[in-house]
Amino acid sequence: MSTEAAHTDEAHATTGHYVRIAIILTVLTVMEVATYYVDIPFALLIPLLLVLAGMKFGLVVAYYMHLRYDSKLFSGFFFFGLTIEILLLIALMVLFGIRSG
Amino acid sequence: MSDAALAHEAHEEHPTTTGLNHRKILMWAFLGSECIFFGSLITTYLVYRGKSVVGPYPDEILNIPLTSISTFVLLMSSLAMVLALAGFERAAGAGADEERKQRELKKGRFWLLMTAVLGTGFLGFQVFEFYEFVHHGLGLTTNLFGTTFYVLTGFHGTHVGVGVIWLVSLLVLSYFGKVKPLDVELGGLYWHFVDIVWIIIFTLIYLIPS
Repeated sequence: MSTEAAHTDEAHATTGHYVRIAIILTVLTVMEVATYYVDIPFALLIPLLLVLAGMKFGLVVAYYMHLRYDSKLFSGFFFFGLTIEILLLIALMVLFGIRSG
Repeated sequence: MSDAALAHEAHEEHPTTTGLNHRKILMWAFLGSECIFFGSLITTYLVYRGKSVVGPYPDEILNIPLTSISTFVLLMSSLAMVLALAGFERAAGAGADEERKQRELKKGRFWLLMTAVLGTGFLGFQVFEFYEFVHHGLGLTTNLFGTTFYVLTGFHGTHVGVGVIWLVSLLVLSYFGKVKPLDVELGGLYWHFVDIVWIIIFTLIYLIPS
């Protein structure tokens, strides 16, 4: 990390900040696990779980991996791979869905 | 300082055309490729989901309470990792204040050790889970669920194992003064990536009913 970036990180993220993120991650995980024990309609369950997982994913990437404060080039490398994969996933799910009727 | 160390330091300070550290760019490019690697395995699992013609089926053997605990353990290891990095960065920024530097370095090492311990704990849960599944008759070639499940979670576990070895190496090298904050940050990026992959796996395999 460059000195400038390190200083930026230091300015934005403290130990207390990291602990607060961990608490939010724990709460989101508890909510996820709770959906397993609570009777939620399937149509609602999938979007709910995907949103919760997406929030956890975003928090770790933005704050613990420092992408929020770091160069946009790093975000570009990461989200390029992620985008390719999501497109691949959608394409194959649709393709296999059509094949299995 | 030896010639090799001087050359290394000069290389670290060398300005780049992007103004960004090359090792860090390489790590993010690697993580981008890892997204595609794990995404392919996750896609394969989803495509073959619910298509097993013989049991055991996921609903019969997946242990949600146990996996919830292991998920929590891995999440907390990510917290330990950022605290380790913060410790090493503060030690590097302590300047001539040797007492503060050693204090922060000690904290950094402690959290690095905690990360490795929690990672090893996660691996312990996974080994137990695999043992239980095999005991219930689910092998690698038993059905489509077994094949896609073991390959996906097995590769993830392998990544965690590599991460633990990386962390322990950093910890040992730090006692010889050979670890800079950037080294810890690169290890941390890899570790957090392993964590976010598990966030997705936990939701898609364990929590969404087939």
